[in-house]
Amino acid sequence: MRRVVLAVTGTIAGLVALLSFKSHDPTTPVAATSGTGGSSTSSTSSSSSSTTVPGEFPTGSAVGGLTAGETAITGKVADTVYGPVQIRLIVKSHKIVKVTVLEQPTNTIHDIQIGEFAFPRLISETLTAQDAKIDAVSGASYTSAGYISSLQSALDHGL
Amino acid sequence: MGTVVSFDVPDWASRDSGDGAVLDRARQWLHWVDATFSPYRDDSDVSRFGRGSIPLAECAPELAEVMAACADVSARSGGYFTTRPGGRFDPSGYVKGWAIERAAAMLTAAGSAGHSVNGGGDIQCVGDRGPGQPWRVGIADPLRPGSLALVVTGQDFAVATSGIAERGAHIVNPHTGQPAAGLASLTVVGARLATTDAYATAAFAMGPAGRDWVESLDGYEAFAVTPGGQVWQTSGFRAYLASA
Repeated sequence: MRRVVLAVTGTIAGLVALLSFKSHDPTTPVAATSGTGGSSTSSTSSSSSSTTVPGEFPTGSAVGGLTAGETAITGKVADTVYGPVQIRLIVKSHKIVKVTVLEQPTNTIHDIQIGEFAFPRLISETLTAQDAKIDAVSGASYTSAGYISSLQSALDHGL
Repeated sequence: MGTVVSFDVPDWASRDSGDGAVLDRARQWLHWVDATFSPYRDDSDVSRFGRGSIPLAECAPELAEVMAACADVSARSGGYFTTRPGGRFDPSGYVKGWAIERAAAMLTAAGSAGHSVNGGGDIQCVGDRGPGQPWRVGIADPLRPGSLALVVTGQDFAVATSGIAERGAHIVNPHTGQPAAGLASLTVVGARLATTDAYATAAFAMGPAGRDWVESLDGYEAFAVTPGGQVWQTSGFRAYLASA
């Protein structure tokens, strides 16, 4: 495609299907972990391996810190040409309160730059979209199919 | 580069009903479009036709349809829309919006009165999202990552934004061969995504002159952000602005 564009779906209830033009069948099932009041829940029930990634955004330790009413939803691993991408949402009262990147490519300097700049930006856009009560975002942005694919799978199954 | 397409069908989702088969068919359609039209696949009709391996008559008939539509957009835009953006045959600038518009029409045909189909930020909205609830689409602010420039709202409309990507291909001004640089982003709103998306590409390639051009088009409105942070919109764009 000529343009690299970002779509984050802010409304959550209605997402019923997802595909990628260059589809890679996801290999990891969606897992959801519910928070229980006060005591932390640490079972991720996800078979994915969490990877420490560069950048200042939170990485895959979120599930341990769930508070009452929070649910962690782990997206499928999205295979991109750069490597696997997987994200997790923390949801409370049908609202995304946190997005974490569990896995992302770290093979090259460029991948690391993506981790430091692109993912925090995408996370910010996700939360912005939700706060504005909008259904979608139109705009040119980073190559983000992996992020979106994993995010969408989490949304599709969790909200 | 892959593009994610999502279908938002609130009515079906809220009633936990709907036609799953049509979603499968829409998915198959998009995969077929990719296999047939992708310039990144050596065996696609577009690639084979582009390098002269097969005549148009041996390609999927939809290719001729797409080429006719591209020729129309190219003529209307004074050549600012082209099927040879990088020198070789590549009608992607039209195909993506066209494929999404068709997918939305498949849902309509299957009985959905309200849905939106979003292909990587180019969006076809059909009907309302719910009773008395128009669709709301945010336009990303190209200069302030994570922020929205504004929100457009309505029924039965399409939105497409062209801009300067941080990586990957730029939109090229076909008349100079240089990346279009006059705008940070340009959004076109119209009734149907195929032309709306193609016009957004053409108007972005024009730069500031794209404003008068979109103004001259019946049924299309534009909003743009300049590299310096100025914004402008065509005269009818306000009809799409969210009142609250």
